[in-house]
Amino acid sequence: MNVVITGHVDHGKSTVIGRLMADTNSLPEGKLEQVKASCARNSKPFEYAFLLDALKDEQSQGITIDSARVFFQTEKRHYIIIDAPGHIEFLKNMVTGAARAEAAFLCIDADEGVQENSRRHGYLLSMLGIKQMCVLVNKMDLVNYDKKVYKSVVRKYSRFLKSIDMNDVRFIPVSGREGDNIASLSENMPWWTGDTVLTLIDKFQKEQAPVDLDFRMPVQDVYKFTDMGDNRRIIAGTISSGTLRSGDELVVYPSGKRATVADIENFNGPPLESAPAGMATGFTTTEQIYTKRGDLVVRAGEKAPQTGNVLRVNLFWLGREPFVKDKEYVLKVGSARVRMKLYDTLKVIDASNLNTDGMKKMVERHDVADCVLSTKRPIAFDLVEDFPDTSRFVIVDGYEIAGGGIIREVIRDKQADYRNRVLDRNLRWDTGNISCEERTAVYGHKPRLVLVGGPEDPRKAAFAKVLEKTLFSQGIKAYYLGVRNVLAGLDADMTVRRDEVYPEDREEMIRRLAELAHILLDSGMVLISTVSYLSFNEREIFRTSVAPAKVRTIWIGDPSESDVDADYTVTDADEAISQMEQVMDVLQKKGVGK
Amino acid sequence: MDQLTQLESLGIHILREAYANFRNLCMLWSIGKDSTVLLWLARKAFYGHVPFPLVHIDTHYKIPEMIAYRDRLTREWNLPMVYGENAQALAEKKTYPDGNVDRITCCRLLKAEALKNTLNGTWPRYRFNHEADEYQVDQDTDAYTGVIVGVRSDEEGSRSKERYFSPRDTENTWDVGDQPPEFWNQFKTDFAPGTHVRIHPLLDWTETNIWEYIEREKIPTVSLYYDQGEGKRYRSLGCEPCTHAVESTAKNVSDIVAELKSGKFANIAERSGRAQDKEDGGGLETLRREGYM
Repeated sequence: MNVVITGHVDHGKSTVIGRLMADTNSLPEGKLEQVKASCARNSKPFEYAFLLDALKDEQSQGITIDSARVFFQTEKRHYIIIDAPGHIEFLKNMVTGAARAEAAFLCIDADEGVQENSRRHGYLLSMLGIKQMCVLVNKMDLVNYDKKVYKSVVRKYSRFLKSIDMNDVRFIPVSGREGDNIASLSENMPWWTGDTVLTLIDKFQKEQAPVDLDFRMPVQDVYKFTDMGDNRRIIAGTISSGTLRSGDELVVYPSGKRATVADIENFNGPPLESAPAGMATGFTTTEQIYTKRGDLVVRAGEKAPQTGNVLRVNLFWLGREPFVKDKEYVLKVGSARVRMKLYDTLKVIDASNLNTDGMKKMVERHDVADCVLSTKRPIAFDLVEDFPDTSRFVIVDGYEIAGGGIIREVIRDKQADYRNRVLDRNLRWDTGNISCEERTAVYGHKPRLVLVGGPEDPRKAAFAKVLEKTLFSQGIKAYYLGVRNVLAGLDADMTVRRDEVYPEDREEMIRRLAELAHILLDSGMVLISTVSYLSFNEREIFRTSVAPAKVRTIWIGDPSESDVDADYTVTDADEAISQMEQVMDVLQKKGVGK
Repeated sequence: MDQLTQLESLGIHILREAYANFRNLCMLWSIGKDSTVLLWLARKAFYGHVPFPLVHIDTHYKIPEMIAYRDRLTREWNLPMVYGENAQALAEKKTYPDGNVDRITCCRLLKAEALKNTLNGTWPRYRFNHEADEYQVDQDTDAYTGVIVGVRSDEEGSRSKERYFSPRDTENTWDVGDQPPEFWNQFKTDFAPGTHVRIHPLLDWTETNIWEYIEREKIPTVSLYYDQGEGKRYRSLGCEPCTHAVESTAKNVSDIVAELKSGKFANIAERSGRAQDKEDGGGLETLRREGYM
C-alpha cells in the first residue's frame, strides 16, 4: 500500500518516518550507526530525518526536495511510504508523491499550529482523490505533551477539513523526535489511549480497483505488428473501471462506433475470458472499427461518457508562468491529447487560506481555480462524481506539465446538439462487410473532405474541378460536389436564389452536405466541395460529421473575411489554379493523397 | 489482482505510454535480472514483439556468460539488439583493470560516456543483423529521445527519488532538484529538442518482486545468479573486476525467493557487491547525475 506523508515545512515528516523505521527495525543493518557516525564526524546533532535524506543536497539544505520512497513492512502488509516535501518551492513533488498514494498522513507542528501548507496540502489531497487521511499533531514534546494544545489543533484543522468536504479524518498526538505514539503508546501522554502511527497504518483500507463499476478503457494504442506473420489488430489500454469480457458489445467515444470483443489477448497463453479494472490489456474485435489513441471505450448499454469541448473544471496550477486566456495549451485526459485554451475563470482560490478571488482573470502558481476550458476538438471523458479516473487531466504548457485537475461538468456548446445527432447516427450505423481500413488499403489513400470556401465566385468551382482532376490523375478516388448539384436535388425543398439558400435554411443545407460527405467518405472517397463563405461554426459541423482530422480547408479570397484557420489560403481563384503544385504539396502533408 | 499483476500492469501501461509518445525510443538491456524482467514486460505489452531497439553498453569487462546469454535471447526472441562501447578508452587502456584509472573514472568512461554517445548517436552503434547472424554498424544514428531503463527505487538512495518519466538535459544530466510533477498516470511526454526522457517502468518493484515475477513467468536468466556448487552466486551483475559473488547456496529461482524472504540478505544492500558504489560516497549520486543508469 502506498501512503504519503505531507505537511508544512519543518513540521517533522521525515523525522516521523525515520523514527518509525528505526523503532520497528526496518532499517538496513548499520544504517542508523552509519548516519550517526557521519553526524558525529561533521559535528552536527543526529536527527532521524537524516535517515531518509539519502541525497547529499538534502542534508546540506535540511529539507526534503523530492518525494522519497521508503519500503516498510508491518505484520499485516508491505508499505511504500512516500515522503513528500513541505517546502512551497517543491509543491510539484508533493503532488507527485500524493497522486500515487491510497492514504495520507499530514504532520502539523503542535507548537506552530496550522500553517499555510497544512491547508494547502489538505486541499490538494482532497482534489487528488485521497479519501483516507490521518493528521499527526507532531512535536508534542515541545508543548509539554499538553492535551489542550492538541485539542486546539484538532479543533482548528477539523473546521478547515469540513469546509473542503474532507470528512472522516483521524488525529494522533505524536513526537517524532522522542518516539511518542509512533511505534508504541507514549508514557508521556497517558491521556492518549487511541492508535499509534503503527497501529493506525494497518487500519487504512486497501483501495479496491473499481471492478463493479461500468466498464471504461481509454485507448492507449492500436497495435498491428506485421512481423513474424502476426495479423492481429489489437486495441490496447489499461482498464480504469469495470470488467471486460470476451463477447462484450462496446461503444467507442467520441465517435459512437460499435464493436464486439473477439479475443482478450494474452502474450504467452490462451485468450482470457475477462480482464478486471487496473489491468493493462488488449483485445481484438469481430468487426474492424476505426479507433485511435485518445478514444474512450465503454460497454454498450452502460452509462455513456460525456463528450464535448467546453468543460468546467477544478484545477491546481504549478507552472512558472500563470495560466492565462488567449494562449494555447495541451490538455491530457485519459489517453486523449488535445489543444485547448482557458475560456474563463469562475473563481481563483489561494489554496493556503481558501480566500477566493472572483475577479482574478488568470491562475497563478500554487493557485487553485474553478474555471472553464475549451478544447480544439470534442473529447470523451467522465465527470469526477461518476468515474474519478477518467475525469482527471493535466495541462501542458510548452514542454512542461503545468497543472492538473478534475472535470466537474460539461458545458453545452453550439455543436452539442449536432454532435449528439452524429453520435446517435453512428450508434445506429449498419456497416457492410468491408471496413474503412480495408478500403484504404485497397485504394491506397485515406478518405478526406476538402472544403473550398471563400466569397461568392464561380471560379472557386473551376479551381475545385482542377483539383479533382489532379488528384484523380494520381489514382485517387476524388469526387467534386458543387453546391449547385445539391441544391437542385437533395435540397429541392429549400428556398434558393442565385445558387444560394435563404439564410434560414443555410444551417440545414450545411448539415445535409455534411451528412452526404460522411457517406461519401465512408465509401473511401476524397470529396471536394465548394461552400461560399464558410464560417468557423459551419466548418465545425463538417468536422463533427466526418471526424475533425479528415477535413481540410482551402480559402480563396481575402483572408481577413474569414474566421476559418484554413490549411491553404490564396486571394484569387486563378492564382489558386496556378499554385496547384503548392496546394497539392500542402494537402499531401495533411493526409490527402497516396 | 495480486501485487505482482498490479506491478506488471503499471509497467506495461508505462511502456505503452512511452511507445505512443516517443518516436525514437530504445530500451537499455544490461542483461541483469531487472532489465530482463523489463524486456519480458515489453514482449507482454506488445504481444511478443519488441517495437524498439534494445541497447546494451558493452564495457568488454562483462562476465562472459552475460554476453553469451544476450546473443542467445537475441536470436531466440528475434530481438532488435544494438550495442555501443567506448572504443577509444578501451584502445588507450584507460580502464581500472588496466590499472590506469580508478573505479569511478572507469565507470564514467566505459559506462556513462559510452552510454551518452551511443544514445545521442555520436559514436557507432552495432545492430544485430538476424539474416547475416552478426552485429553490423547501425545505419540509424538519430538520437534516442526516450530511453527505457529498469532501475528500481529500492536499489539505492538517489533512485528512490526518480520519476516514472524523468527528463535529462542535452548534457545527459539529471536535475534532481527540479523534476516534473506526475499527476496520477499522466507523465511528462513533451520535451525540448536535444533533451531526452528516461522512462522507469520498474520503479515500484523490490528485489523480491523481481525474483517472484521471474519465478511466476518462468523468465530465462543468466546462470551467474545461481550457485553452481561452490556456495557462491552473484546477486547483482556488472563488470567482472568490480562485481563480487555473495555466499549463497541458492541453486534456482525458488531458492532465491526463499532466501530473500528468509531475511538472509534483509540487512545487506543488494549492490553491496558492486565496488564503485562505495567509492561514490555510499551512493551513486555523482555518477547518476552524469547519466549513469
